[in-house]
Amino acid sequence: MTAPATAAPRRRWRMGEETRWALLFLSPWIIGFLVFTAGPMIASFVLSFTEYNVIRPPEPVGLQNYERLTTDRRIGSSLANTAFYAALHVPGVIIFSLALAMLLLRVGRAAGFFRTVFYLPAVTPAVAVGTLFLLILSGNGLLNQVLGVFGAQPRWLTDPDWVKPGIVIMSLWSLGSTVVIYFAALRNVPTELYEAAELDGAGAWSRFRHITVPFISGAIFFTVIVNTIASLQIFAEIYAMFFGATGSSSAQSSALFYSIYLFQKAFRDFEFGYASAMAWLLFVIILVITVIQVRVSKRFVYYAGDDR
Amino acid sequence: MHVLAARRPSPGIVLIALLTAAALVATACNPDSNRGTTQPGAASGAGASAGASPAASAGGASGTAATSSAPSASGSGEPAASGGTAADISGAIEVGAKYADADEIATVRYDTFTERYPDVDVSFTEADFDAQVFLTSVASGNPPDVVQIGRDIMGTYISQGALEPLDSCISDHGIDMGQYREQAVTEVTLNDQIWGIPQFFDTRILMINQSVIEEVGLVPEDIDTSDWDALREVNNQLLAKEGDNLTRIGFDPKITDYLPLWAAANGARILSEDGTESLLDDPKVAEALDYAASLVLAHGDAPTFFDFRANGPGGAFFGEENQFTEDSLGAMPMESWYLNVLAGDTPDEAIAFQPYKDREGNPITLLGGQAWVIPAASDNKEAACEFAKVVTEAETWVAAATARAETRAADGQAFTGTYTANTAADEQIFSELVTEETAGNYYEGVQLALEVADSAVGTPANPAAEQFKAIWQDAVQRVLDGEPAADVLLQADQEAQDAIDGAIR
Repeated sequence: MTAPATAAPRRRWRMGEETRWALLFLSPWIIGFLVFTAGPMIASFVLSFTEYNVIRPPEPVGLQNYERLTTDRRIGSSLANTAFYAALHVPGVIIFSLALAMLLLRVGRAAGFFRTVFYLPAVTPAVAVGTLFLLILSGNGLLNQVLGVFGAQPRWLTDPDWVKPGIVIMSLWSLGSTVVIYFAALRNVPTELYEAAELDGAGAWSRFRHITVPFISGAIFFTVIVNTIASLQIFAEIYAMFFGATGSSSAQSSALFYSIYLFQKAFRDFEFGYASAMAWLLFVIILVITVIQVRVSKRFVYYAGDDR
Repeated sequence: MHVLAARRPSPGIVLIALLTAAALVATACNPDSNRGTTQPGAASGAGASAGASPAASAGGASGTAATSSAPSASGSGEPAASGGTAADISGAIEVGAKYADADEIATVRYDTFTERYPDVDVSFTEADFDAQVFLTSVASGNPPDVVQIGRDIMGTYISQGALEPLDSCISDHGIDMGQYREQAVTEVTLNDQIWGIPQFFDTRILMINQSVIEEVGLVPEDIDTSDWDALREVNNQLLAKEGDNLTRIGFDPKITDYLPLWAAANGARILSEDGTESLLDDPKVAEALDYAASLVLAHGDAPTFFDFRANGPGGAFFGEENQFTEDSLGAMPMESWYLNVLAGDTPDEAIAFQPYKDREGNPITLLGGQAWVIPAASDNKEAACEFAKVVTEAETWVAAATARAETRAADGQAFTGTYTANTAADEQIFSELVTEETAGNYYEGVQLALEVADSAVGTPANPAAEQFKAIWQDAVQRVLDGEPAADVLLQADQEAQDAIDGAIR
C-alpha cells in the first residue's frame, strides 16, 4: 500500500478578467509593437546574415556582412563623422537648454509663451528644418550676413571643415524638448534650499553647482542619454541638406553620417543584408554607450528618496 | 482598483477596440493604401515629386532629358502592327509617370495611346521615378505596368531581376529598334538583351559666355577642349578674382558629373563595353581627372569654387539671373536641355556654342535620356509594351512637339525643339518645327547639340549603375580635396568592381 499523495493540488493559473480586458485594450499597441518594431528587428537580425535585394529571396552568407564592416572604409569615416557631431551636439544641447530653462524661470508669467516658442522647432518636420538651414547657412545666408560684420564668412555647406559645425548649429535650433524637461526639473528644486544657502553666504555659482545641478541631475542624465542616441541616429535634416536634389557633392564626404550611409546601402544600393548588419552595429554601439552612461551616472545622479 | 472588473465594457466598446486594432494592421499592411493614381484627363492633386530634376524644373517631362512639348494632336497610327493585336491590348495599365502635372510632350503622347486604345484603362502614379517606391512596389508584387526611368540607372534594376527583357515585346509588337538612336539602344542593352524603349536624349556641348570671352580678347573657337595646355591658359584668362575672392569662374569642367566625358576625351573608358568591368584604374582616367581637377583648383580650393558656383551671382542656375546673364562664368560643357531653359528664361543673352572635343580634335559627347521599362511583375505586359511603343513612335513625338511649338508661339517664347531619341522624329522636328525664327539666339546651339549626337559615346547598361556613379563621384571629390588621382582611382576601381560583381551575383 502506498500512501496517498498529500501534496496540495497545483493551482492552475488563470488570467483574471481584469487582465483580459487590459490586454484587449492594449492589443492595438501590442500588435503594432510586434508587427512594426519587434518583428522588423528580428527580421533585420536574420537578414544581416544574408544577401538580400528585396526582389530575390535572401541568400545566407554567414558572417560575411559583419566581416565586410571591418574593411569598408566608409564605415570608419561615417562613424567618425557621427561621433564628431555627437561630441559637439550633446554638450551643446545640454548647456544651451539649461541656460534657456533657467532664463524661463525668471520671466514669470511669460514663461508659458516662451516655452511654446522654444518648443515650436521641435515639432517642425526635420526635412523642413534642413531646408530652412540650407538658406540660413548658405554663402550669403542669414548667418554669414551676421558673421560678415566681423569679417568671417565660413562656407558651411561646401567646405568639409565647416560642414559638421554647421550641422551642429542647425541641431541646436531644435532643443525645445530638452528645455521643457529642464524647466520642469528646475521648478521642482526646493526653493528653501536656495534661501538657506543664500543665508549661508553661497554665491550664484555655488548655489547652481551644489543645489541646482544635483537636484536636476536625473533630468540631465535622461537628456544626455536621449540626445546621445538621437545624435547617433540623425538622418533627415542632413539628408535634406546634403544628399537631396540641391546637395553639394563637395561636402558629402564630410556629411556622410552613419545613418545616411546605412540608408544608401539599403535604399540606393539595395544591399539590405549589409545594411541590416550596419544597423545592428549601430545598435550595439548605442547599447554600449548607454550602458557606460548608466554606470557612470550612478556616481553623479541624485534621485529624491535615494539613500546616497 | 477594480474599476474594470466592476464596470464591464459594453460589447460596442469591445467591438470598436477590435476593429481599431484590425484596421491599424490592415492599413499598414496594404501596399495600395498610400498610392494615388490618376486617370488621363481626370483632375488630380499633384504628384509626389521628391527631388525634381533640372529637366523637370525646366518644364521637361522628366529626368535628364530635354523636353519641350505640346498638346493637341493625337496619334493616328494603326493599333498593334503584329503579334499583339488590338484585341490583345485591353485591360488596365498603371503608368509610372506624371500626367496631371506633366507638360504637353508627355500628355499628348499619353493621350495618343488612350485614343488609340480606348478600351485600355490607363492610370498614372503621378510621381517621378523613385527608387525606393519602385523597388518596394516590385517586392510587394504590385509595380506599375510600365515605368519611365533614366537609362543611366536602369542596369541596377535589370541586375536585380526587377525588369522584364523586352525581346518578345519588341518582336510581337513589331517595334523597330532601328528607329531609335544607336547609342540610346546601347544604353538599354545588357547581356545582349534589350530592356527598355528609349525616349529623349541630351548631349553635352560647350556653352560660352560671349561677353566674357570678348572682355578678355578671345573668340569662341579659343575654347577648345582638345588642347589641354591651351585650355588651361584660357581658364586662367577667363576666371576673375578680387583679392582672394573669386568673382568669376573661367572654364567649369563639371568634373563631378562629367568624369566619363573627360576620360573619353583622353581615349579611355571608365566601364567596359559589356558593362561588367570597372576601368577606373586606367592611367588615362587618372590623367583626365588630374587635369580637370586642376582647372577647378586654379580658382582656389575646391570649396571656394563650389561655394561660388552654388551661391555666387547666377548660382540659382535657372531664371533670369543665371551664370551667363550675371557674367559669373566664362564657359562650360553642359547638357543640351539647358538650351531650352536659357531660351525660355533669357532669350536675348549672347551665348556661343562649340563642340566638346577629344584630344585628337574630334567632337565627342555623352548621351543621356530615359527609357520605358516593364517590371517583371507587371500584370499587363501586352498593353504596357504597346504603350511604350506608341509613345515613342515618330508620329507621336511630332504631334507632341507640334503642340509644344504652338504653345510656345502663343506665349511668345522661343521653341528649341524636343530631343526624342527617335531619329525620324528628330529629323522632322528639327527640320520643320525648329527654325532660326523659333529658336532665336539658341538656334546654333540646337543644331550643334543635334550634330554631335552622332559622336556620342555609348555607355553600356551597368548592373551596379548608381553605386558605380557614387563611387567615381566620391573619387573625384577626394582628388579635388587634394588626394592623388592614381591612388584614389585604384581604390575606387576595386570598390566599383566589387559592386558590379555583387550586382551580377
